[in-house]
Amino acid sequence: MLHTILFLIFGGICVAGALNFLLQRHPVNSALSLIVVMGSLALLFLLLGAEFVAAVQVIVYAGAVMVLFVFVIMLLNAGEEERTRGNKVALSLGVPGLVVFFGLMCWTLSAAHSQLGRLQIGDYYVPTTDLGIALFREFLLPFEVTSVLILIAIMGAVVLARREQQ
Amino acid sequence: MIPLSWYLILGAILFAIGVAAFLVKRNIITIFMSIELMLNAVNLTFVAFASHWHQVSGQVFVFFVMVVAAAEAAVGLAIVLAVFRTRETLNVDYVNLLKL
Repeated sequence: MLHTILFLIFGGICVAGALNFLLQRHPVNSALSLIVVMGSLALLFLLLGAEFVAAVQVIVYAGAVMVLFVFVIMLLNAGEEERTRGNKVALSLGVPGLVVFFGLMCWTLSAAHSQLGRLQIGDYYVPTTDLGIALFREFLLPFEVTSVLILIAIMGAVVLARREQQ
Repeated sequence: MIPLSWYLILGAILFAIGVAAFLVKRNIITIFMSIELMLNAVNLTFVAFASHWHQVSGQVFVFFVMVVAAAEAAVGLAIVLAVFRTRETLNVDYVNLLKL
């Protein structure tokens, strides 16, 4: 019962924030509603027993990444987006494709509804220790490769954002 | 006690809204943010399945997705800065040439 109520509240906030993100014209408003979506997703992660993921979601996503976005929006002084025609092909193929994708997804999930089973609050809880053991034993190679990726991304960002010296 | 499919459908809704924003939005920064929204929807699905099958690897994958998203945001926003410096616009419809 409690799980249902909490899921409906935070899922509703998620969907409302995402719709607001879609409908707002100003990039700052979109960014702030995306932060709302990420915050309520962190609470849904807590409901699923993933407390460390929830903390990282708040710190990395809602904190670092979105601050970077808001910073760039303010640096470039981005105003309300202007209405331009956009690409005809993208809209005429993309929107029906999206509707078909979403309909198929819902149809598949409702067909498999009974086999998927149910989740209970507190049924599965991951201590951070288990996560660390999995990350540094089973997934050690991907972890190291990811650190190289981050290093390359940092260097790429610095090179791209540098002002050309005359 | 709620069905697993509710979480999956919530993930599908968020992903679909992200795709719609990607198609509709004309500001290059907002398009980047809709990619972040799609990645978040996938993360929700990962955590829901991790909880369903009692596997920790689903949550480890979420970390990798987050790392890739952070790297993508850093490089992408640097590219946005470079584009704005040369074009003086953020509208993707006016950025249709590779050369200056």
